[in-house]
Amino acid sequence: MSGCHRRQGGKIVILMSENKSLLRLKKITKVFSKGTIDQVTALDKINLDVDAEDYIAVIGSNGAGKTTLLNIIAGVYPPENGGRIIVNDREVSGLSEYRRAHYVGRVYQDPHVGTAAKMSIEENMAMALLRGQPRGLRAASNKQRRELFREALAPLGLGLEKRLSALVGTLSGGQRQALALVMATLSKPAILLLDEHVATLDPRTAQIVLDLTNMIVTREKMTTIMVTHNMELALRHGNRLIMMHKGRIVVDMNQTQRSDLTIHDLVVAFERASGEEFADDSVLLRPGNVVGISDL
Amino acid sequence: MLLAALSNILPFSLYEGLVFGFVAIGVYLTFRVLGFPDLTVDGSFTLGAAVAAVLIASGVNPFLATLAALGAGLCAGLATSLLNTKLRIPALLASILVMVALYSINLRIMGGANVSLLREVTIFDQVSEFLGIGTRIAYQLVVASVLAVIVFFILNWFLRTEIGLALRATGDNEQMVRGFGVNTDMTTILGVSIANGLVALGGAVVAQGQGFADVGMGIGMIVMGLAAVIIGEALFRPKGVAMLLLAVLGGTFVYRLFISIALRLGMDPNDLKLITAVLVIIALAVPYLQKKVQHEWLPPAARW
Repeated sequence: MSGCHRRQGGKIVILMSENKSLLRLKKITKVFSKGTIDQVTALDKINLDVDAEDYIAVIGSNGAGKTTLLNIIAGVYPPENGGRIIVNDREVSGLSEYRRAHYVGRVYQDPHVGTAAKMSIEENMAMALLRGQPRGLRAASNKQRRELFREALAPLGLGLEKRLSALVGTLSGGQRQALALVMATLSKPAILLLDEHVATLDPRTAQIVLDLTNMIVTREKMTTIMVTHNMELALRHGNRLIMMHKGRIVVDMNQTQRSDLTIHDLVVAFERASGEEFADDSVLLRPGNVVGISDL
Repeated sequence: MLLAALSNILPFSLYEGLVFGFVAIGVYLTFRVLGFPDLTVDGSFTLGAAVAAVLIASGVNPFLATLAALGAGLCAGLATSLLNTKLRIPALLASILVMVALYSINLRIMGGANVSLLREVTIFDQVSEFLGIGTRIAYQLVVASVLAVIVFFILNWFLRTEIGLALRATGDNEQMVRGFGVNTDMTTILGVSIANGLVALGGAVVAQGQGFADVGMGIGMIVMGLAAVIIGEALFRPKGVAMLLLAVLGGTFVYRLFISIALRLGMDPNDLKLITAVLVIIALAVPYLQKKVQHEWLPPAARW
């Protein structure tokens, strides 16, 4: 824990806010189907300190607890008793998903989850703009907001800024995912959660969305947690790498530790940390971002 | 002779299209906008009629009575949506429960199976007197049009506000809406309540127009509303909130027009609900059968 760092010259009143960690998870456990034969411990007493502006790649085999970790941070479900989630020194464990929305933005694997198909691009953006803010009886969109939407969409280079009134359902999967990314980051939440957000895209589109992700994360200095199945992706992006296995964090490397790492090193690190042979060869067989054959 | 018959039927269908249009808009709000299959409608329509009729019969100003009916409908919708969001009872079942409960409640309110308004002063009588219009269909059309215009403008404005947008998005992608910080329980409650308020308003106006409220008058309202929505969407292929609302009103008009013509041609009024049900079944089945012919895959039918 880094609770005793002292910032020089700051006028900080609350003692705890001197802490550098933006997000802290303490003893987070999550058990599904409790008391039945299907009981699964998805997260097992996880401790994690995430510094502001960290860009963490999280890898691990199926069932390692990666998505559960994101769901716990987003507030989809609460952790078991005793687990604490602290954001900016504020305990948020008891807050439901919609109450945490103002500090957590999220892009899902499925582009359909992050956008609303039967509404226009403009209406989707208007929903995103008011993340975590009270909504009133003002018009949801106006000239000023439309201008803002265009400015946010233009860097995508997809021409979406000229099609504000188009229904989102008419966009391709890649376009929808790019839009979902812009929507998730539009109101600059403190934490960005990416849940295998390029896994279903073709290699070219995946690369575009990844470049966009890096651009936005860098520009907005967003604290980011990216879950991926793809080891190469995890090595190339972000400044910190976490490997999960059976609900635990088994590897946690910072920028310098992982700088010369290869996929093979990762596999070895995984086997050592988990005490198991690496069985999930789907991770190895997927050098690109594609399901199946890749041309990367 | 045909023209004479049509000139009789058209204004009447127009009037019916507007007053039953409130029901159709309510059905549109729940089924299409919120994706909430709400069968409360059959009960809340009668509830609106019963509340308005009993209040008017006991001497309350008919406009106030109509407003009270709207309020009662809001409460009915509130009950259904609370059962769904707070107790997690599936929407269909929650609304059937409230609909059945309302049957008893409506009997209690009316103190019997029906209430007559024939000797009472309704909103129609007041408007007729105020404007000096004697022709029945003329003042009926005036009242219905004014109410429809008010409802149209309020909804068209509301559905574009920040809250209105969140409400529409809830039906489209609830998970996304929660992710953007909206309590989707609240938007569902709001939407279902407003929808049933509109349905009850329709019931109150219909009861005053026909001169009585009856405990059975709401039966099949939900199917009529669905038929109107489907016809409106198919005929006008609307885009945007305003066009959608107008299309639903238009769909109700076309539906009532066909019913009136069929009745004129000698259809037994008792067969009305059967024919409406068949109409809706055909409208729901055609898209599926079309896709089946084209060998497109479709998921199994939803059970809830």
